[in-house]
Amino acid sequence: MNQELFLLAMLDGLSYAALLFLVALGMTLVFGVMRILNMAHGSMYAFGGYFAATLGMWAVAAKFSPAWSFVWLLVAALVVGAVMGAVMEIFLLRRIYHKEQILQLLVTFAAFMIFEDLQRLIWGSQPYFVSNIVNYLGVAEVLGITYTRYQLMVLPGVALVVFFGLRHFLKSSSTGRQIVAVAHNREVAMAMGIDARRICLLTFVVGSMLGALGGALASPTTSLVPGIGADMIVLSFAVVATAGLGQIEGTLITAILIGLTRSFAVYLQPESEVLVPYLIMVLVLLFRPQGLFSVAQARRV
Amino acid sequence: MTKTTTSKMTSPKIKIAGVLLVLFALGLPMIWPWLKTPMVVATSFGIAALGVSILIRSGQLSFGHAMFSCAAGYAVAFTARAMPELDSAVLILLGTAFGAVMGMVIGLFVVRYRAIFFGMLNLALSMVLFSILGKFYSLTGGTDGIRLARPTFFGVRMERDGFETTLLVVAVVLAVALAWGVQRYMMSIAGQALTAVKTNETRLEYVGLSANRALWIGYVISAALCGLSGAMFALMQGLVTPEMGYWVRSGEIVFISILGGVGHPVGAFLGALVFEFVKLYSAALFTGAWQMVLGFVLIGLVFFVPTGLSGLLFRKEPK
Repeated sequence: MNQELFLLAMLDGLSYAALLFLVALGMTLVFGVMRILNMAHGSMYAFGGYFAATLGMWAVAAKFSPAWSFVWLLVAALVVGAVMGAVMEIFLLRRIYHKEQILQLLVTFAAFMIFEDLQRLIWGSQPYFVSNIVNYLGVAEVLGITYTRYQLMVLPGVALVVFFGLRHFLKSSSTGRQIVAVAHNREVAMAMGIDARRICLLTFVVGSMLGALGGALASPTTSLVPGIGADMIVLSFAVVATAGLGQIEGTLITAILIGLTRSFAVYLQPESEVLVPYLIMVLVLLFRPQGLFSVAQARRV
Repeated sequence: MTKTTTSKMTSPKIKIAGVLLVLFALGLPMIWPWLKTPMVVATSFGIAALGVSILIRSGQLSFGHAMFSCAAGYAVAFTARAMPELDSAVLILLGTAFGAVMGMVIGLFVVRYRAIFFGMLNLALSMVLFSILGKFYSLTGGTDGIRLARPTFFGVRMERDGFETTLLVVAVVLAVALAWGVQRYMMSIAGQALTAVKTNETRLEYVGLSANRALWIGYVISAALCGLSGAMFALMQGLVTPEMGYWVRSGEIVFISILGGVGHPVGAFLGALVFEFVKLYSAALFTGAWQMVLGFVLIGLVFFVPTGLSGLLFRKEPK
């Protein structure tokens, strides 16, 4: 493997890790606060991507400048996250917090089944691909390699902004600290006068928005086909479980680890590409069942 | 719920339901021959759901058990290709054994986990298998899968129709035997220990029984049942594809178990029958939206009928 390929693999890995991180972050946030693993989280990713592609195509038809694409991507993520997240939380999750974990898994699985068909009904099964923002931003030279600016700067940039933004939000804002309190101990938090219902709704909406944002940002570089949501749920769980459920910093590091390993696999051993995330997860869980970054009994989120 | 159904002998109502199910499965295809295929499929799904419901009774939900069906299907296909003279009965046994052995190995790893981790680890492992089968084209035929020629059944070479009839009869006989066997298992010490993993794991350990071991035994049995189901499905279709092991397929098996109710083995087959027909009809009625229908049904079940259809039909009579 020469230096050029090595660098290319690094850049591929990092831009992929950025997307993976955003989706996994949403999942881990929701789990940390509500102790529910949302099996429909992949659907947020898929809907975010499809909706962004739809908005992008309207914009092209309406002769907007491609610079506006940033707005469409963001709007798509916010709208999808707010609508789907709120609907799911209010109509389903709110009613099952006190139930067994396996029933919670079942309910979110049912939501996944519904979303999966809904997506097919709305967008059909032909692939969508709207990449004008990538062309608009053009390419950059890095150490002799040409690489799209979108993947080089936008994706990792957004991921880092979200990471630091969320950390700051949880540490410094009043709402953020309430979220941490509910994650730590729901009952005590409620006794302190925190409206746990509102916090759960908010967390779930934010988590869904992150999933949708991952999808929206992925839409210019991936072709959207039915089934991407189903694949993403497993992949982001692999990241989340490897990091340790509810670990934000760990999720970032693990996303980078898995992203890089996967992209090196693409160049060295293409068949093994899809296996890599799962193999890493199985290996880690074999030796550290609580995940790489979980400290026993520590607070989550 | 588990206590009442396992400690008491089978109530007459359940026996009647079992007999009715058998008559249904064997009788309807005699009147309408096109029902033969869905019936075999439903029975094989029922056997897989029976396996998964064993685990559900221990409080564990596996979103990856289709991997055992899929692997057994491939084992059958590879063997049939290498040795075309092998009989279907041998192949079914082979698939079951393959599922069991695979369950023993994977079980060693996954029984250390509970709830979400148990479910999702199974899911991830099934995705490993799914990806391997899809990617290594030269060996596995990729996403197109492998065709297998129709082998003999009990030493007789048959046409498609006769083969399917034999398969149906064998499937139904097996289903009855397995339902009985699983019921016996659930009432044995190993089975009671398994349900105790759900109700009180700490207490189980205090009694001196290993919870992980109890779960491992249950896991191996469920894997063997899924293997059997996969072997029959492969023979029925004459084709195995990675799709058989996709995690959504595992979810469907879980769905069938919950739909039928895990309180009694009959539930799995009741669930499978209803599932197969809901699928047949909703595929025709709501083209492309049957999964959505299933989703709503599942939510309804969790909220209103957590004991499933069998729980609804065989409610404990007031004393």
